[in-house]
Amino acid sequence: MKPAPFAYKKARSLEEAVALLGEKDARLLAGGQSLIATLNMRLSSPALLIDINGIGGLGGVAHKNGKVELGALVRHAQAEHSELIAKYAPLIARAMPHIGHAAIRNRGTLGGSVAFADPAAELPACLLALDAEIDATGPKGKRTIRAQDFFKGLFETALGPQDVLTAIRVPAAGKDTRTGFAELARRHGDYAIVGLAASARADGKKLNDVHLAFFGVDARPVRARKAEAALASGSVDAAVAALDLDPPDDVQASGKVKQHLAGVLLRRVAAQLMEARP
Amino acid sequence: MTALDISLTVNGERVTERVEARNTLVDFLREELALTGSHVGCEHGVCGACTVRVNGEIVRGCLMLAVQCDGATVETIEGLSDSGEIADLQAAFEQRNALQCGFCTPGMIAAAQDLLKRGDVPSRDQIREHLSGNYCRCTGYHAIIDAVESVAQQRAKGRSP
Repeated sequence: MKPAPFAYKKARSLEEAVALLGEKDARLLAGGQSLIATLNMRLSSPALLIDINGIGGLGGVAHKNGKVELGALVRHAQAEHSELIAKYAPLIARAMPHIGHAAIRNRGTLGGSVAFADPAAELPACLLALDAEIDATGPKGKRTIRAQDFFKGLFETALGPQDVLTAIRVPAAGKDTRTGFAELARRHGDYAIVGLAASARADGKKLNDVHLAFFGVDARPVRARKAEAALASGSVDAAVAALDLDPPDDVQASGKVKQHLAGVLLRRVAAQLMEARP
Repeated sequence: MTALDISLTVNGERVTERVEARNTLVDFLREELALTGSHVGCEHGVCGACTVRVNGEIVRGCLMLAVQCDGATVETIEGLSDSGEIADLQAAFEQRNALQCGFCTPGMIAAAQDLLKRGDVPSRDQIREHLSGNYCRCTGYHAIIDAVESVAQQRAKGRSP
């Protein structure tokens, strides 16, 4: 199908984008890899698309003050091939190849993926696993939202109707940082049936500060806190037994199958977390 | 209805047109410029039949609006074919029966060339992964992987002294 008619404006600045969002039924267009698909299928029909691709200063990757800051318009392909991200935000580097396909990653943006908040998407779970911060600018100015407070529900975030997500920040990985990522999908590049993004700090053979963020198991990415505690005390079997998820059935798999697959992924990711960094 | 004027380069030629905001890049190429080598399959980014190059990188022609290509350089399968850049891939697809109906072939070749132009010889797994976003509904993928692999090897041979 073809999109229903809409007006199109190119925002030249963040302020202009925020102001335009005040118009009726306005939506931001970043990479468009989810939005334009929904327009084509007429699942959404906004009155105005505000193209933010021309706004300067939103496409950078920087390492400063112990954090890695990723601009909202950083493309997935750019993140996938960034040496800085591979070194200082290795979980994001691990997740990138799982997102869509090469042609999709060339257009899709990190900010778009986070703001869209698909419950089976990779990046929101990575942000939850990393205790990331998300910057947004709205009519009242700039604010920072913690990842744990950002994902509210099914495609629902803490962003207000006139907020523009501008950047995400994750703690820069150090020598003791360990990360793990795995997902099961029917086909490479599809949204996950179940996925897991994880981070931890290694202390000798022990893992501290274990964060297990599952996706595809709930309306939003969720931490499995009992399993985290069990893994931190050293037992993968206990962690799998303690998996405190309650996945509902969906078109891809029953909740029971998802629960089982979550355990399979936890074993794979636990092995990655135990690996020493090269 | 919003119409906007855009100027872009398509297959080396300067093009200026007035387009409706809701026109996707692939529809613009096919309907305004009569470049019908890019195919419209699923129209939601899954099948890869509309794969074209924008500013040197492959994209889904159905997931980009024509108005977003103002100032861009677009290359379609017609351009890649005329320049000779993919002549060996085209020959290999023919020799190895890597197509039947041919609907997926322009997108398949554009995606394959995107992988091969990096210069090294990819493994069969890497080829499969790179083409995972391109559907073929009749030939099956083995012959396609064979064709891409053979071109990768030929090109590597051509490069070695």
